[in-house]
Parts: sequence; structure tokens; C-alpha cells
Amino acid sequence: MANTPIVIGNPWAELRRHTPARIGLGRAGISLPTAPLLDFQLAHAQARDAVHRSLDAATCAAQLQALGLHTLHAHSAAANRGIYLQRPDLGRRLDAASAAALEPPPNSPRYDLAVVIVDGLSALAVERHAVPFLAALLTALAADNPPWQLSPTVLVQQGRVAIGDEIGETLNADLVLVLIGERPGLSSPDSLGLYLTGSPRPGRTDAERNCISNIRPEGLPYPEAAHRSAWLLRQARSRQLTGVMLKDESSPVASLAGPVSEFSLIGGLLGE
Amino acid sequence: MARYQQRIGMRTYVFDDLAMLMAHASPERSGDHLAGVAADSAEARVAAQLALAELPLARLLEDLVVPYEIDEVTRLIIDNHDAVAFAPVAGLSVGQFREWLLSDHADSTSLAALAPGLTPEMVAAVSKIMRNQDLIAVARKCQVQTRFRGTIGLPGRLSTRLQPNHPTDDASGIAASTLDGLLYGSGDAVIGINPATDNLPQVIRLLQLLDGVIQHYNIPTQSCVLTHVTNTLHAIERGAPVDLVFQSIGGTERTNRSFGIDLALLAEARAAALSLQRGSVFADDGQRGEHVMYFETGQGSALSANGHHGCDQQTIEARAYAVARHFKPLLVNTVVGFIGPEYLYDGKQIIRAGLEDHFCAKLLGLPMGCDICYTNHAEADQNDMDVLLTLLGVAGCSFIMGIPGSDDVMLNYQTTSFHDALYLRRVLGLRPAPEFEAWLENVGLFAVGSGGSQPLAQLPPRFAQLLADTSGNL
Repeated sequence: MANTPIVIGNPWAELRRHTPARIGLGRAGISLPTAPLLDFQLAHAQARDAVHRSLDAATCAAQLQALGLHTLHAHSAAANRGIYLQRPDLGRRLDAASAAALEPPPNSPRYDLAVVIVDGLSALAVERHAVPFLAALLTALAADNPPWQLSPTVLVQQGRVAIGDEIGETLNADLVLVLIGERPGLSSPDSLGLYLTGSPRPGRTDAERNCISNIRPEGLPYPEAAHRSAWLLRQARSRQLTGVMLKDESSPVASLAGPVSEFSLIGGLLGE
Repeated sequence: MARYQQRIGMRTYVFDDLAMLMAHASPERSGDHLAGVAADSAEARVAAQLALAELPLARLLEDLVVPYEIDEVTRLIIDNHDAVAFAPVAGLSVGQFREWLLSDHADSTSLAALAPGLTPEMVAAVSKIMRNQDLIAVARKCQVQTRFRGTIGLPGRLSTRLQPNHPTDDASGIAASTLDGLLYGSGDAVIGINPATDNLPQVIRLLQLLDGVIQHYNIPTQSCVLTHVTNTLHAIERGAPVDLVFQSIGGTERTNRSFGIDLALLAEARAAALSLQRGSVFADDGQRGEHVMYFETGQGSALSANGHHGCDQQTIEARAYAVARHFKPLLVNTVVGFIGPEYLYDGKQIIRAGLEDHFCAKLLGLPMGCDICYTNHAEADQNDMDVLLTLLGVAGCSFIMGIPGSDDVMLNYQTTSFHDALYLRRVLGLRPAPEFEAWLENVGLFAVGSGGSQPLAQLPPRFAQLLADTSGNL
């Protein structure tokens, strides 16, 4: 026992090049060593902070203005984060003041597209990625003919995905594109999600939407996300449908991952 | 509709029907508020518990929370009720039933004999007037054993599901997490992957990968890819090595329809898996292990499918166990904290629900485990999971999850780690399934030490060589 180290390392820790999973952590007795224990606590703390952070709507609006987008502000019927977390139904509806404020004047035009930016479960994701992604998307759509008629962009606090249905209908938009902060994972506190819905109105189901998930530089980078969403937008506009009937068949962008020698439990290299 | 009432001081509380009485008696949780069925005050909740305690158990066979005519789960519960098995408690009220369960009349033999006489509504009702320690004390007396290639649920044993998930189902990544788990003594309940997609060729590839590992190392365990039951049926048709059929199930016909299943489909899948005869023949009784189903459940799934029929989420959850027991599963677990804070808000609610689910399932005769888990938007953390883990260990939980460092990098939630299982085994003197424990010792990963088998500091030559070969290939 005197020769046994206090912390027993795991020689297979090098296999972490094959997976983001927390393998080969070693052990003190049968418990976690201090460093991986605190690594986990830090990741959880960051995810928790992301969930409870409130959206800096003023800064977001200023950045959207710089892209040439006019912004309207809205709030869901969930008054605060505590209610939001327990009442998803309230997060899907506008509060009365927002519903009135978004009502367009008479004889307003129809729009091809309303972009709705929602804090969701990670305002951090919205603050970091919504504007640069949108810049990439607008560039990708710039040469389309006929040009895209965009409604004012709406920034929503305490919202869920389906709040875009009410907003899109109110603004007379044929399509609504919701950018929303996804539920933070331990290693991804800032994933942005995208949901495209045709003929938006309250009552639309998830089967009527197309989704692109995990938009962030460490996940799906902006150029690839913009490429895929521009493809979906063009298809949705020309075929007038979204959801399970519209399969994402956009040509893939070459993977950035380099070659990794493969590992198998049956003799080192995979025999496939 | 029967009306129930309870007088407290000057006030009389009225409950319109049994579903409302059960819902108001349920310990507080966010999902029942979301459904609009929760008691609106603390006193109203206890009033309902007082009225429920007076209710004759047998009444629950006649006053049905989900109508017989419109729900095949209700029909399964009523049509399969065993009146002879029910006889010892048939004359008791719900409150007296609690006392019977805690008394020395109830031991592992009498509880096993009683199980076919109990309905989900009976066990849900009694759980609502039990404290956490009652749920633990009674569950600990239940013994449920199942077999495929090892024996799950023996007294003094705790099994684990090794869950080597990877965000893109990368074969090397899954192999790396599987190795990590095996070297930490995890995987005697099942090696089970949640695939990133339901793509059938991918599912078959994963089944072949796990089968290859189990055969190569001759591990007395079973594999499972947790895909939809129809996918597994197709995989069996294409000759894939399927050990266990997985499916998420709920407590009403409408909930199950939202999962794309019904009872007939589950029966078809079970028959297909049995036809493969992949279980071991055990030396002690000469019988083949024929428990081929693996089910997951969780409070709140019925409401999210709009299939709750005005019931509280814990009662509907218990009804899912009637579905499970009809198909003689090897493993069942509640994924207790996965669904999120709109159903179970914080650590306190998750802990309570985990103990309730384990108690109800064990009383109904199921090999019950628990995915002790939480998401990042719930008011919960690792300390809450340590509490539930320890309590479920004391309660005799059949199995828990095992994942590298508690972090599921595919499903983005936190569950118990390989280290957590070793902690629980060490502090409570629990051991893995006997066949798996013998394998760990035979291959030189574990050795008998104080308090049972413990991991060795030195890797045995076979695994050291595997790592050396891998490094050499870089």
C-alpha cells in the first residue's frame, strides 16, 4: 500500500482523442481526483449561468442595426425566468403589451420572411452567435431573385420556439425563422438553434418545422449553417412547405475534422 | 362520477373524482401544476391524503382513473388482475395498506406473491401517503430477479448500464468509452447505446460492434441499442445480433401512440427477440435467460403527449409499469430528471420522484433501476444526485447508469458515473452481478478486497497490450 500512489492515473486517457466524453479520469480511492471534479463543476456553473443570464437586448439591437436590420422588442407571457422554466405554455405566447406593439399598421405589406431572435434557454448563445450567423445568412441570400422581403427583426425575451408562430402571423410573414438559445450542455453553454416554419400561426407543430442545431464555431460553423439554412429558405419559398416533407438535401460542406487513427476493442485497429 | 370529501376544521374539501383525489394527494411537483391538477394549498393536499387513506383498496378496481372502454392499458390492468394474489390485502384501506407494507407481514416472499394482485393505481395511491423513508424501507424488502446472460437483482448486488454514447456514433469514440467503463467495472446490467440517429444501417453497425466486444472478451452481459422498437424489429429481420429490445413506454394508450407503439407491437418485438435464443443457459437451473425487453419510463411523458386524462403524473407513471411487467423485462428504469423543470422543478422533486418510481415498480414486481439524472435548466446539481444515488442504493435499486464523468456528451444531460457506482458499492457493501463479478476477477481487473471486489491499480496484460498496440499505430 505504501508504494501505491494517492491518485491512480488511467493509461487509456490518451483515447480522449476519439471522444469528447470524460474518459480516463483516474481515481483517488474509487472517487474522482480533484482536477476532473472541479473541471466538471466549472462546466456546470457555466451552463447554469447561461440558463439564467438575461438577454442584453440593447446591444443585440445595435448590432442588428449595423447589419441594416430594424428591430422590434417583445416579451413572452412568462414574466420571469422562474415562471419561464415551469410554464412552457406561457413562453410560447406574447404578453399583451408585445402583442399590441407588434400589430402592423393597416395596409402593411406581406413579407417573405420574419426573423425572430429568442433568448430561449441560453441568452449567451444569442449574444455570441445570432448576429454573426445572420450576417452570413444575409450574404448567402443577397443575390437571390426575387430579392427577399424581410419584416422588421423581432428580439424576444423569455421565449420558446413556438412564439415565432404568433409573431410571424402578426407581421404577415410567409415564413418565420426563429433563432433561439438551446438548452446548454456541459461542454456547450452557447449552442444556437434555428427553426424555420411556413405559414406561421399559433398551433403549428414541431413536425411542421425544419431545425438546424448546435450553431457555434465549435459545433456547426456559421458558413455551413448559413449555407444549409439558405438552401432551406429557398426551397420553402419556392415549394411553399416546411417540416417533415422538406428533407434537408443541401450539399454537404467538407468536414473540417482531420483523420484520426481508429480504435477498436478487438485488436487495436477496426477491422471494418 | 364518485365524489370524495374531507372535512378539516370548519372547511370541507370536495374532490370530484378519483383522479382529482389522487392528484391533489400527490406531493407537490411542477408538472402537476402545469397540468392544472395539483392541490392549490398545502392543507388541501393533506386533506386529499386523509381522504385517500380512508379509501378501500378494492375500490381502485372499480373506480378507474382512465376509462376501460377507451384505453388498452386500463384493460390490461383490469383483465390481468389476480384476485387470489390480492386476497391478503383485499379488505384494507389505502392507509392500512401502508401499515401492512411496513409491518413484518410483508417480506420478500409475501410481497412477491402479492405483486400480481396489485394494480398501478393501488401502489401509486399508497405511495402518496408514504414518506421517503417508507418508500425506501418497503422497496428494500422486494426482491425481483431477471436473467439474460447474468443475474440482475440478487440481494446485496447493484448492477450498472454502461452507456458509451457519442455525439456522432463514432465507432472509435464508443469503443473508448466502453473500455473506460469495463475497466471501472461497469456494464453488468447492459451495455446500452443511445444512437445519435435512427438510421437503420447505423443501428445494425452499433449492434455488431457491441456484440463483437461481448463475444471477444466473453463478457457475461448483454447489449442494446436504444432505438425505436420498429427499428429493432427491422434489425432482427436483417440478421443483426439483437440481445434486448428497447422501448420508451407510457401509462396510457394515447401516450404510447405518441411513441408510435401499442401493446401488440411490443408483443411482436418480444417474440422476435425470444426466437433468436441469445440468452445464456444457466448451470444452476438449466434454463435459458429469457428476459429480453428493456423499457424506459419517466414522470411527465403523458402530459407532454397530451395523454394524461386529467391524472397526476406519478399515477400515470405507475401505470406504465403495468405495461412493462406484461412483457417480462430484464430491465426497467425511470429517466427521472431528464424531462426538465416543467415536470420536476428541483433536486427535492427529482429525489422524491425517483424514490416513488422505484418503490411502485418494485411492488409491482419489476426489475427496477433508475437513471439518476438532471438537466442544466433544473434546479439541481451533483449533490442532489449523490443524495438520490445513496438513497436508491439503500432501497435496493436493481441498477443505475454508468457514464464517463457523469457527462452524456450525446444527450446533453448529467447522469451517474462509473465512479458513482463504485462509491455506492463500497459504502454499502454492494457487489456486481455474480457472473460479471467473476469475469472482472478472472480477467484481472478487480480483486477481492475489503467490502467486496475492488479495482486493481495495474492493468492486466491483455488490456495493457491493447493500449500499447493502439499507441503504436499512431
